[in-house]
Amino acid sequence: MAVSWARRALVRAGLAASRTFATEAKESEMVVEDLARRLSNVCEVSRSADVRKQHATDEGTERGMFPPDLVAFPSSTEDVSKVVEACTDLRVPMIATGALTSLEGHLRHLRGGLAIDVTKMSNILSVCAEDQTARVQAGVTRMQLNEYLRDTGLFFPVDPGADATLGGMAACRASGTNAVKYGTMRDVVGGLTAVLSGGRVVRCGGSGAARKSSTGYDLNALMVGSEGTLGVITELQVRLAGQPGATVAAVCPFETIEGAATCVAEIVQCGVPLARCELLDTAAISAVNEHSGLGLRELPTLFFEFTGSTESAVEGEAELAGSIVADHGGGPFKFSSTAEERSRLWRARHEAYWAALASRPGCRGVVTDVCVPLSKLAESISRAKSLASEVGLRAPTVGHVGDGNYHLLLLVDPANPDEVKAAKRVAMETGAHAIELGGTCSGEHGVGVGKLPLLEREHGRGLWRLWLRSSGPWTPTGCSTRERSAARRCSREQRGERGRGDVGTGPSTTRHATL
Amino acid sequence: MRVVVGIKRVIDYAAKIRVKPDGSGVDTANVKMSMNPFCEIAVEEAVRLKEKGLAKEVIAVSMGPQASQDTIRTALAMGADRGVHVLTDAKLQPLSIAKLFKSIVQREDPKIVLLGKQAIDDDCNQTGQMLAAIMDWSQGTFASQVAVADCQERVSVTREVDGGLETLSLKLPAVITTDLRLNEPRYATLPNIMKAKKKKIEKLTPEELGVDVSSQIEVLSVREPQARVGGKVLESVDELVDKLKNEAGVL
Repeated sequence: MAVSWARRALVRAGLAASRTFATEAKESEMVVEDLARRLSNVCEVSRSADVRKQHATDEGTERGMFPPDLVAFPSSTEDVSKVVEACTDLRVPMIATGALTSLEGHLRHLRGGLAIDVTKMSNILSVCAEDQTARVQAGVTRMQLNEYLRDTGLFFPVDPGADATLGGMAACRASGTNAVKYGTMRDVVGGLTAVLSGGRVVRCGGSGAARKSSTGYDLNALMVGSEGTLGVITELQVRLAGQPGATVAAVCPFETIEGAATCVAEIVQCGVPLARCELLDTAAISAVNEHSGLGLRELPTLFFEFTGSTESAVEGEAELAGSIVADHGGGPFKFSSTAEERSRLWRARHEAYWAALASRPGCRGVVTDVCVPLSKLAESISRAKSLASEVGLRAPTVGHVGDGNYHLLLLVDPANPDEVKAAKRVAMETGAHAIELGGTCSGEHGVGVGKLPLLEREHGRGLWRLWLRSSGPWTPTGCSTRERSAARRCSREQRGERGRGDVGTGPSTTRHATL
Repeated sequence: MRVVVGIKRVIDYAAKIRVKPDGSGVDTANVKMSMNPFCEIAVEEAVRLKEKGLAKEVIAVSMGPQASQDTIRTALAMGADRGVHVLTDAKLQPLSIAKLFKSIVQREDPKIVLLGKQAIDDDCNQTGQMLAAIMDWSQGTFASQVAVADCQERVSVTREVDGGLETLSLKLPAVITTDLRLNEPRYATLPNIMKAKKKKIEKLTPEELGVDVSSQIEVLSVREPQARVGGKVLESVDELVDKLKNEAGVL
C-alpha cells in the first residue's frame, strides 16, 4: 500500500506521468480491499452493489451515478473515529450519509471511496425539558425526535419536509417551513461532536446547554453548513422550542403571484409574527389538489400558520394579516384549527414535490433553491417563472416566502437530454439572478455539486478557492470527494469557455490527466 | 355530563423491545414509557366533547404503580380536569381493571366511559367490552366517529369493522373504545403542562374500592419471534420441488 500512497503523492505533485486506467483501477481495488479488511474489525461494512448504489442515490437528478466502493455502518463516535483514521491513512475519500434526502448531488463519489452511513447512530442521548435542549446522535431523524418529545410539550423546530437525519441537516445548514419563526440549523445547534481528518474527535460549542456564549471562535457555526468538508458530525446538542398554546392555519388565494409575494413582504415588515408562510403557485396547487385531495381554488396561494400563547393573541395576528392580504388582491382566508386539518394542510405542502412529479408521470425534478431579500422577492419569482416558460418547462413553484426562499420544481423527462440541460440552465440563471438581486443561490439545500459554479460568483474567488481546497480529496484538512477539476470545468462552462469533456462521465477516465 | 377516560402507561410505541433473558417478560428497565396511543385518542375525544359543551367534566383514570401519575399528568395537560390514580403494583389484567373501573364509575357517575380499544403491550382488547358487560351498559367499540345527540340521551358511534363501517345508535350511559382514525391527539403545550401540575389527582387502592385484583392468568413464558433466516436463490424447478418436499416438508 505504501506504493500507491507514494505514487499518488508524486502524481499530485506533478512529478509522475499520468498512468493508464487499468493500473489505477487495480491499485484502487487493492486499497479498497485493505480498507474493507481493516474496517470489518470496527463496524459493519458492505461491498454489495445495491447497497453502494443506494448510497449514491439521493433526491437529486443524477441518481446512483457515482457509487462508493464501500459502505461502512458505524454505531458510535469511536467507530467513526477509527473509520476516518483508516481512510486518512489509506488516502480514501469519504462522504458521510444519513437519510439520503439531499438535493444538490451531495452523494457523488466521483473518485469512489467510502460512504459512512450514520443511520445506525440513532440514539437520543438525553433530553432536558427545563432547559429545552436535547443531545442526540447524528443518525436520529427529526420525526423520531419529535415523536420522542411529544409528551414533553417541546418540539424540534427545523422542518425541511423530508425526514432527514439531524447530522445531515446540520451539515447542510437545513431550514424549512418553520424557519421564519425559529431560524435554521445555525440557530438551533448549540454544540456538536465531530470527527476530523485522521480520526481526531472534537467537541464544538462546549456542552452547548447555555443559551449564549462569548468564548472565542464559533466552531459550531463553522461545522454547521460545512457539508462534510471539515469532518463527520456524530453528535449534536439541539435547542428545542415549546409547543405553542394556540395555533391556527389559514389558506389564502391571490390573483397574481407577484401580489402574493409583495403581500408577504409587507406582512413581515409590519411585524406580524408568522410561524409559517408558504407559497404555492397555480401549477403547484393543481398538483397538490390531485395528489392530496385538498380541493383548493387553482390560484397562487399562501398557506399561513399563526401561533401564540393564547387564542385571542393568535386571532388578533390573523386579523391583521387578513387586512394586509385584502390590500394585495388576496382572500378569502380559510382557517383550520383542529390538529387533523392542520396536519393535512402541511402534509399536502410537504408532499408538493411528489405531487408535482406525479403530475407528469415518469419525470424527474430539478429543484432550484434561491433566497432573496423580501423587497426583491416578486421580481425574482417573475424572472424565474419566465425563464422556465421560455424553455417550455412546467415548473410548479413552492416556497418559504416568509424568508424570501422559494423553489421551482422543473419537471423534466430524464431521457431527454435537452430538457435536462435546459432545466439546469434555468436553475443556474435563477441562481445568478438571485445573486444579482443581493440574495443567495442556495437558501437551504447546500452547495453540493449543483451550486459549485455559482459559489465563486456569490462569495468571490478567495472563499471559493478555500472551499475547493478544503473539499479536495487529498488534502490533510478535508476528507470528502468534491472534484476540484470538475468544479473548474463547471465554472468555465458558466463563463462560456469550453470545458474538457462532459461532467457526468465515469470517475475513472479524464481525472488523473487534470491532476 | 361527566366523562371518565381510562389511560394506561405502556412502553413507548417507538422504543425497541427486548425480552428478559429468563423469558419471564419484556425488559422495561431504562425504556421510555408513555401513554398508550389509543388512550391518547380517548383523552382527545373526551376533551373535544368538553370543548363542544357536551361534557362538563373530564376525569382521567389510570391504574398501576406510582409512575402512572406521569401519564395522568399528561392527560391533565391535554385538557382533562382531574385525575384518579388506583395505586397498585400488582400485575393487572383486563377483568380486574374492568372491576376497578366499575367501582370508580359508581363513585363518579359519568354518562360516557372512553377507553382505548386495546393497549399496545398486551393487545388484549377486552377491558372496554368486559366493563360494559359487568355494568350492563351499551358499548360501541373500535369507534372511528362519535356523535352525541343534542338531547344527550343517545350517542351515535361509527365502528371500524372488517367489512367496513358500522354505525350504531346507543342509549347513554355507554362505554366507547377508540380506534386509530377517531381523531389526531393534540400535543401537550408547555403552559398546559405547567397548569396540569396544579390539577388534583385522587389516590385510591383496590382494597378501598373493594376489588380483588389477583391474577386469573399466569404468564408461562415470553420469547422473541424467531430470527429471520436468509432466503436462498435456487437454480431450477427440480431443486425447488426437492426443497419443498425434503426441507420444508410441505409437499
